[in-house]
This record gives sequence, structure tokens and C-alpha cells, in this order.
Amino acid sequence: MGVFTKLIGGAAMAAAMIASPAMAQDNVRIALVVKALGIGFFEAAAKGAEEAAAELGNVEIIYTGPTDTTAEGQIEVINSLIAQQVDAIAISSNDTDALVPALKKAMDRGITVISWDSGVAPEGRQLHLNPSSNPLIGNMIVKLAADHLPDGGDVAVLSATTTSTNQNIWIEEMTKVLPDYPGINVVGTVYGDDLADKSYREATGLMQTYPDLKAIIAPTSVGIVAAAQAVVDAGKVGQVNVTGLGLPSEMAGAIESGASQSFAIWNPIDLGYSATMLAYELSQNGAVAEPGAQIPMGRMGTLTLDDTNAGAMADPFVYDASNIEEFKSIF
Amino acid sequence: MSDATQTGRSLPDRLTTRAQRIFRSWEALLIVVAIAIFIANAIASPYFLNAWNLSDATFNFTEKAMIAFAMALLIIAGEIDLSVAAIIALASTAMGYAAQFGVDTPGLVLIGLGTGVLCGAFNGALVTKLALPSIVVTIGTMSLFRGISFIVLGDGAYRGYPESFAWFGQGYIWWVFTVEMLIFALLAVVFGVLLHRTNFGRAVYAIGNNPTAALFSGIRVPRVKFILFVLTGLMSGLAAVCLTSRLGSTRPSIGVGLELEVVTMVVLGGINILGGSGTIPGVVIAAFVMGLVTFGLGLLNVPGIVMSIFIGALLIGVIALPRLFVMVRGR
Repeated sequence: MGVFTKLIGGAAMAAAMIASPAMAQDNVRIALVVKALGIGFFEAAAKGAEEAAAELGNVEIIYTGPTDTTAEGQIEVINSLIAQQVDAIAISSNDTDALVPALKKAMDRGITVISWDSGVAPEGRQLHLNPSSNPLIGNMIVKLAADHLPDGGDVAVLSATTTSTNQNIWIEEMTKVLPDYPGINVVGTVYGDDLADKSYREATGLMQTYPDLKAIIAPTSVGIVAAAQAVVDAGKVGQVNVTGLGLPSEMAGAIESGASQSFAIWNPIDLGYSATMLAYELSQNGAVAEPGAQIPMGRMGTLTLDDTNAGAMADPFVYDASNIEEFKSIF
Repeated sequence: MSDATQTGRSLPDRLTTRAQRIFRSWEALLIVVAIAIFIANAIASPYFLNAWNLSDATFNFTEKAMIAFAMALLIIAGEIDLSVAAIIALASTAMGYAAQFGVDTPGLVLIGLGTGVLCGAFNGALVTKLALPSIVVTIGTMSLFRGISFIVLGDGAYRGYPESFAWFGQGYIWWVFTVEMLIFALLAVVFGVLLHRTNFGRAVYAIGNNPTAALFSGIRVPRVKFILFVLTGLMSGLAAVCLTSRLGSTRPSIGVGLELEVVTMVVLGGINILGGSGTIPGVVIAAFVMGLVTFGLGLLNVPGIVMSIFIGALLIGVIALPRLFVMVRGR
């Protein structure tokens, strides 16, 4: 009977692992579902969600997600959240379409569903929260360069590939707002194909072609790091400022060396905070997600919804010497 | 390898009664574990004992179990197929491609099953005609099948499946009983009969125990193995139909990592990973155990990684216990 008793022991262990104190039922339970657990960006978003919960008072945050970034894993998570009858689900999805049937079921059972960061097709959620918008990004990347050029000067763009949809839209939006920044003269756009070595060569080439170059704008996380390295290697720190969109963890060195004064990207803490606020508004305060609606999200202002019930949270968040230490360990 | 399989089994002890054998059998122990987990879940979460929730939870294992039945036969015969998840991706891509041209549900199902059969036949031919080790062949075809899917789809997705196609993965037969549950139950019976009540089933055991002896006793070993690969392909095609129907869309990343969960289910069900022994009822119970564990832990919002650890511990326990039992008895 040895096996038998051992197995019973195992089962008891299983029971012990599963058993945990029952949760308070009177709280509003908002589930923050992420692409996968253990990613710094999402851990930071969860921090923001907790901040919102503390501000709201009666909210319990369920921070959850699958182990791998799969749609199937997220569906299992969604099913268990439906079973728990949570009040709202705020999800950063692994698949725009595959989650729709599961999320529809959640909405059918009275659960508020919003997506944030990485969206779900409109029929699978009530609203989608974008971290920013193309016009805001286009404006921000040139503003970052202009802020450090009070007298104006030559700037160049280092993009990803000629066919990169996002980068092309952002550069187009940037061009639209250029008249707002007198003195800023965009001398050219080169393409590093999001490869570190090609981006490096293109950045070096820019500095040789335009000796008076004052700034390189790289709206790509690969290009901005390579350009900063090229500036350091060319001995032009202080003359050429590298800016654009990058990740704090990868850009910490460039900020430290002075090759980059500042750069921008979304702030995951704000994102988690806003998603929680929006989920609360929809599920508890009777806010209705419809085109044109304006929904408050606490300290982040209000979200205005477009035709597809999507909205942009804010300008990209600026990272510089004052806050890079705090964020470089996050993402 | 055959030496190792011999140590795990001893000649039936004629002094034990049939009742004792059943009581000590692997299946009985698994049932105890399943019941213990069920009770623990019911105590731990107020949401567990709800017909609809339990119904949703079955999706955690039904598709995997479909493949696990065929995989069980394959492993008993001393082979393995690690390309099953990739077959799902390819079959799903083929169905999505056909759906773009307005092929209706019956046609799509045939295409899904047909792709599965072709993939299985390809694996089977490589293993039996060229006498290659199945683990190597199917690791290769795992990349090949999913690679084709990636080439066709890139970062795109197929949507636009006909409405009636949703029946397989989202439909209900009666009350809370889903279509997938019905398929699961039917297949359990079909495979149970095939393995335990037919000459073909005896041949599968014989091959797993000693392929040479099986050959000399008149069993057409390559043919049986080929059929098993085709069967596994067919079941993967069927799982692709159900999963695609449930997700309502196809991406090349569909079902990533599912092959390991299928193998886990098979081994947990008491199938000897070295071949030669195991039963279908064992796999059925293992499917329930895995489904109950993931759903139960999910209800308590236990992070996915802890679930993986738990399943891993369960698996190692299951493999180690019989060995320990034999060692302790041998003293």
C-alpha cells in the first residue's frame, strides 16, 4: 500500500497548496491581464494599477496572465476570471482576434472588458487604451530635439526600414508639426533597417555628411541605441544630441555618457493606472464607451474615444538624467 | 532500452486477486488524485462548483486530450511525435486559407483533417521508410510545419470563418455539455476499444515491448507504426479544427508549446515513456487531473509559472513513484 499512502499524501499537499484564505467579496475586483507574467514592463503596469486601487479605495487588483505569451494561455486565464465573476477585465492581448470569443463571453456575463497597450478587435472589448497616438508621438520626437536647440539647427532622422508602417506614420506626423518649431531644419532621413550595425553606419554617415548636425531623431529603439554609440565613437558627445523613442534599460548608458539628453516612450506605470481607472469608471460609475465619449482616468486626465472606441492616454513620457535610474531596471 | 522496460514490469503475481490488482493499478491511484483535487478545489474556491464554470474549464484539456489518445498509442509502440502542435498550426493555416475563398464548414473540416493526415503520413514515412528516430524526425517537422505556416501568414492572421464553423469550439450539445466534450468522450471510447480490444492494439503493445519479436511473430511493424503516425496527424487535424473554431482566427503561433502538454498528459496517464505499457482510461483520468489542476489554481489566480511547477512536480512524482516502489520492495 506504499504507493497509495504516498499518493494520498501528495493529494493532501495539493489541497494545502490550493487552499488559501477566501477573498473579501465586497471589493470591486479588477483583473489586470498581461501578455505574460515576469515581464518588467507589465510588473510596472501592475504597480500603476495598485496605485489606482489605493486611490479608489474599494478596489482589489487581480494581476494575472499566462506563463508564455500565447492566446490560448490568456483564454484559460479569462475563463477562470469569468468563473470568479470579477467586475472588470483590463487586458493587454497576445492576439487581436483569438481572444474575441472568450472576451465576448465575459461581456455577456456582465463583466466590463477593456484592452490596453496591445489591443483586441473592437467586438471583443468596450474600449481600447493606446499609450499614445501617432500625432502625439510625431510631435514629441521633434519637440525632444527642439527643447535642447534654443537657436535651432540641423537635425536628421534615423528610421527603421522604408516600409515600417509605424515609423513612417510618426515621421509624417512630425513633418506636419515642423512649422511649430522654427529654426529646426530636417536635413534628411536615413534607414538603419532596425539592425544595430546598419543603424550605426547610417548614423556615422549622417555626421560626416552634415558637419553642423545638432541632433539625430531615431523613432526606433534599435536605431536610437546605435546612433548614441556612433556619436560617442565619433567623439561628438555634446555636439550631436541623440533622441527619439527608446527603452530606458537600453538607453541608460547613452544618458549617462551625454550622447542623449532625453528620449521618450510610454510609461507603463501610467498605463496600468489609467487602465484601472477606466475599468472602474465603466463598471462602477456608469460611464459608457461610445465614439466621442470622454471618460475620466484620475491624475491622467480624460480619455476621448474615437470611432473604434479607442483613445490615446497621453504624450509619450520623457526620460532623462533625472529619472533614468528609476526606470532602467523596469523595462 | 528494452532492458529498462523489463525492470518496470514484473510477471503478474498470481496470488493477488483481480480486485487487488485494480485497487493497486495506476488508474485507481490517479482517480484518487483527481477526486482529492476536485474536493480541494471545491473547498478552496466558492466558484468551483458551478456547472457553467466546470464546462468552461473542460476547454483546458479537451483539445489536448484528443491528440493525447493517439500519442498514447504512438508512445506505447516506442515512438513519439513532437510535431503535433506544428501540425495544428499548418492545418489551421490551410483552413484559414481555404476560408478566404468561401469554402464552407464541411469543406474546411475536411481540409483540416486532410492536412493532419498528410503531415502524419510524412512523419510516418520518414520514420518507417528511412528508419530514422522519430524524436529527430518530428523535431525537424515541428519547425518545418510551423515554418510553412509562418511563411504563408507572416505577422498576419486569417479571420472570416463561416458562422457555422464556430460550432466545433464554441457550440453546446445540451445544457453545459460542449461539442468538444462529446468528441472527447467518443474518442476515449474509440481509442479504448482500439487499444484494449483489437488485434491492432495487441500489436501496438507487442511492438513497444520488443519490435524484433513482434516482427518475427508476423506483425508488420513499419505498417503499424505508419498508421499510428497518420492517426496522430489526424487527431492533430481534429484538434486544429476545434481550436481554430474556438479562437475564430488563425495565427502561425497557434498552439505553441502544446506538444509538451500532450506528452505530459500521456505520461501522467501512466503510459510508459519507454513504450510497451499504459492504458487509455489512464490518459482520460490524467486529462481530467490536468484540467482540474489548471482550472483550480486559475480560480485562485495562482501565477501560471506556479501551475507549471505543480504539473512538473506531479509528472516527476508519477514517473518516480513506480521506480521507488520497485526499489523499496526489492530490499
